[in-house]
Amino acid sequence: MELPPPTGAETRWVTEAAAGSGRLSDATLTRIREMEARYPSARSAVLPALWAVQDELGYLPPWTLEVVAQELKLLPGDVEAVATFYSMYFNHRPGRHVVQVCRNVSCGLRGSDDLLAHLQAELHLDEEGNSPDGAFTIEGTVECLGACGGAPMMQVDRFSYENLTPQSALEVLEKVRVQTDGSGGAR
Amino acid sequence: MNELVLTRHQGAPGLTTLAGYEKVGGYQALRRAIAMGPEAIAAEVKASGLRGRGGAAFPTATKWGFLPKDSFPRYLCVNADESEPGCFKDRVLMEEYPHQLLEGVLISAFALKVNHAFIYIRGEYRSQRELLERAVGEARRAGYVGRNILGSGWDCELLVHGGAGAYICGEETALLDSLEGRRGQPRLKPPFPAVKGLYGQPTVVNNVETLSNLPYIVSEGGAKYAALGTEASPGTRLFCVSGHVERPGTFEVPMGRTTFRDLLEMAGGVWRGRQMKAMQPGGGSMQILGPQHLDLPLDFKAVADAGSSLGAGALVIMDDSTCLVNVAMRLVDFYRHESCGKCVPCREGTYFESELMHRLEAGIASRAELANLADICANMDGRCFCPLGDTATWFVMSAYRMFPEEFESHCGAGSCPVRESVAVAV
Repeated sequence: MELPPPTGAETRWVTEAAAGSGRLSDATLTRIREMEARYPSARSAVLPALWAVQDELGYLPPWTLEVVAQELKLLPGDVEAVATFYSMYFNHRPGRHVVQVCRNVSCGLRGSDDLLAHLQAELHLDEEGNSPDGAFTIEGTVECLGACGGAPMMQVDRFSYENLTPQSALEVLEKVRVQTDGSGGAR
Repeated sequence: MNELVLTRHQGAPGLTTLAGYEKVGGYQALRRAIAMGPEAIAAEVKASGLRGRGGAAFPTATKWGFLPKDSFPRYLCVNADESEPGCFKDRVLMEEYPHQLLEGVLISAFALKVNHAFIYIRGEYRSQRELLERAVGEARRAGYVGRNILGSGWDCELLVHGGAGAYICGEETALLDSLEGRRGQPRLKPPFPAVKGLYGQPTVVNNVETLSNLPYIVSEGGAKYAALGTEASPGTRLFCVSGHVERPGTFEVPMGRTTFRDLLEMAGGVWRGRQMKAMQPGGGSMQILGPQHLDLPLDFKAVADAGSSLGAGALVIMDDSTCLVNVAMRLVDFYRHESCGKCVPCREGTYFESELMHRLEAGIASRAELANLADICANMDGRCFCPLGDTATWFVMSAYRMFPEEFESHCGAGSCPVRESVAVAV
């Protein structure tokens, strides 16, 4: 299976220092201010701002919610309410690749449970779906991912992989790991 | 060969780029629309009989007509939060025909005298969001978005707004709250968005597929569009067929003149030479139908009379090896996960439903527990704040009514009896 070319967000390496620094990069702050200016109301920029933060750090450490609130002149609670409502915002660091295995009706009818079970066993996932080497966080409870024509499917970061078998899904992940993480997993 | 609307340019090279779309006549309908003026566009939409393609099938012209006459600013929000289980047509329309959507959005924005339009796209569709953003950039450079569009004196900003994983944001008022930077929870109606929507201003929320029809309706005329279907179900529709079929996919077909059986055949029939046990038309929210319904036309009323709905245009086929308790459990789990928590019947009801279905699927629920299912669902359907909670009961209850023995045989069976019997047969 051909892999799409890696992009910035997939190859980003988050260091503990950046996530704990209490400072967002200038590029992220600029992005937030640009978004704010594009909406009739600054508050509308909350979701895009949180995306900008998560693109930089991989998740939303608590201090970043305060930074976003300050930028958009909101209360920290306003931002936290949003950050905790939407399932795609992480409040903890996920693996380097976030994998969503769709198990809704169409994928379920075509074997997604077996697929997920295979990945869980082969990649030795913990209860939260993390692989021990930090390469993957695999989520099996997600919305229907809108690719029922290629069921069963999974989404790795932003890319869909469709018409999978348990074996081919594992092969995809092994390729993703080698292609974007270099040596094959070791951080 | 039927006349196509949404997919009529299928296979044209470079269709995702502005140049490719212009080569097949793209953005000519926008020029024509601007020359026609807002009233004439609205008249064509009315003549087309177009009904919303997001699930509720509300007549588009009527929705537009609810906007108060002299209240500005107004907003247009495109609902690209597609996440109905079994539904993937909007994804196809955005991935393959992004400029057709943008042209439809711009035509509608002009007709509604809107200067700010938003496309709210679900967070999982990240690559589709970026594709749309690129398309908007191209359209802006060509003078189709921004100030004084095509010299008309009309300004329109178009912003692609990404969600972050919440099915409820497909409900139009939850979408508006999310777009305003809040938790995506539904609002009390009335007032309806047409009167008080985004930022408290008059707002129209239309689905991706609905607006993708606009370039055709403007360039070919509403009457011609309507005539593609039947009087009661005008036009064409992009149906998604998935599940136990040989070739799942999307198929654009005339409404009213096509049957479920036609769709099933287009998708190569039931897979592995098996028989169909049941189907779900309309998406995860809709009631189950059986093989006896295969010859029903894709007509709003015919499907409603059979006790279901065409919903968002998805058709999921289940073969004779399917355990419907398992399918229902999956769907109920989905609603439990996606319940926004605002109202008690949905938040608690989906929890109880899901717990019960898990015990039933595992064969450890008693008959007394199963008897509770109808009670739980009766306390949800019609009593929830928004349709999410109501629809969380429709599939499971309709499946129970159609296959009561299958549900009852799970009680105290110790495991799933359907899967066991299939395993023995194979």
